[in-house]
Amino acid sequence: MPTVMELYKLLPKTNCKKCGESTCMAFAVALLSRKKKVSECTPIIEEMFKKDREKLESLLLPSSGAGETGMIVHTELCTGCSNCVVACPVDVANDPRGAGTGGAPTNDKVIFRVVDGKVVASNIKECRRFGKNRVLCYACIDPCPTGAIEFV
Amino acid sequence: MITCTGCSLLCDDIDVVIENHRIKEVRNACRRGAAKLKGCRNRLRPSIDQTPADIDTSIKRAALILKNARSPMLYGWSNSTCEAQSNGIKLAKKLNAIIDDTSSFCQGLLIEKVLKKKFRACSLDDVKNKADVLVYWGSDAQDSQPRHLSRFSYFPRGESRQRGYEEDRIAIAIDVRESNTAKICKGHFYRIPLKGDREFILSLTGALSGKVPKHDAKRILELADIMKKAEFGAIFVGIGLTYSIKDDVDILVALGDMLPNFHILPMVGHYNMRGFNEALFKETGFVNRVRFDSTAVHENKYAIVEALKQKSIDALLVTGSDPLSCLPGSMISYLASIPVICIDPCVTLTSKISKITIPSAVSGIESGGSAVRMDGKVIELSGIVENNYLADTEILSRIMEEL
Ligand code: SF4
Repeated sequence: MPTVMELYKLLPKTNCKKCGESTCMAFAVALLSRKKKVSECTPIIEEMFKKDREKLESLLLPSSGAGETGMIVHTELCTGCSNCVVACPVDVANDPRGAGTGGAPTNDKVIFRVVDGKVVASNIKECRRFGKNRVLCYACIDPCPTGAIEFV
Repeated sequence: MITCTGCSLLCDDIDVVIENHRIKEVRNACRRGAAKLKGCRNRLRPSIDQTPADIDTSIKRAALILKNARSPMLYGWSNSTCEAQSNGIKLAKKLNAIIDDTSSFCQGLLIEKVLKKKFRACSLDDVKNKADVLVYWGSDAQDSQPRHLSRFSYFPRGESRQRGYEEDRIAIAIDVRESNTAKICKGHFYRIPLKGDREFILSLTGALSGKVPKHDAKRILELADIMKKAEFGAIFVGIGLTYSIKDDVDILVALGDMLPNFHILPMVGHYNMRGFNEALFKETGFVNRVRFDSTAVHENKYAIVEALKQKSIDALLVTGSDPLSCLPGSMISYLASIPVICIDPCVTLTSKISKITIPSAVSGIESGGSAVRMDGKVIELSGIVENNYLADTEILSRIMEEL
């Protein structure tokens, strides 16, 4: 993922506030957390910023597939080992006898399941990184040695 | 639910969607398992001398070759059902042939120790329910048996380990490189030099009896302390450790003796290697490298590697393995010079040089049976996809009838 600084450098840096943020730096932060889209910066649409805009969009591309919680599953890195299925505290709470004890999920309430050897995330709103009482949970990232799960 | 034959964990919680006699979708199996369950792209066809033939003629010719051979060998077996293995042993007896399997250059020695009860072993279900200290030694389970950590060892909640990996378990990796398993073990990864396992075992046994190790004393003492305090420990012995200590398995036995709460489990790769070892052990008292004569004789020269090196066999039946893909290149020219009979569902490197090829059903998908999990538990395999192929068990029976 790009850093805020990398994104900021590609913005017009005029602090024009047309995007609704007070500074270009604030807009860069909003871009990174996917609260704003590049197109909301109206000056950058202009031809003279074309190159910077394209660069920005390409930097932000990896996070474009992220769900509402910011989760991306890099299926090409996933080995389907199920560590995340079993380690995720939501899966354990929602399926204590299935996923919680290392087995295949026994209901549809789990977040992770493995299909064709690769993990698929659903019920994403149940993720502890989502909603009012969100916490910075790492339970699915830590057990994955290939880095197949990322939050952006 | 069906059983996956991708590795020796034989995960039996797999769901599949079948369409047009093929598995279209696999749920819950790891990537390795899903690929195996979806079957081979290149099916083997019956042939004699690389020319298409019908299956009956292929079987007859195979029987003739084996009957006329002076010293035939039946080899493979680690990807065959228990039923096929038992037929294979019967066939070897009938032919006075040599029988060997992949364990002769894999975990055979260790499995023999387990069967002879030289180690304290336990089941994987015990590991899940009770184990608090898990040692992966020379084993990258995360890549070789991908669901080992999630189904049985580190991550699941078990009866006396309700808080799972977060608080109740410690996973340790001892390896020459930072494998994916070692990455999970993080703070408990002990990197050792190549072939350094023996020395590490000796340092560890020393530390367990209070001696300060010469190298890396702090960390080895810390490891000894964790192991000593374990309520229920398991050492998963991978092929890395087995290759490194070679015939010196007794130092591992000695380590096991110093750790009364520990259990030693060999990590098996192919899905039914242990099944073959158990069957042959029951029949002869040996796990591999046997020649049947009036009695069963066990000698190192009956190992596939030695037999090919010494050019002492004159016909080879291969099933449940692809020796050409894993044996040293120097032996392959001899292998190609003798008649090879290959029974397999798929085209393999071995089938490509075989005189006779006999296609079989994919066990666990197209034909049922049973297999032995790496910890010794018998698991049923189901034949769920309709097909016209003969099971490997039937092919071996037909060869026996033809003799
Ligand atoms: S861990 Fe082994 S048995 Fe289990 S799904 Fe993967 S390949 Fe199949």
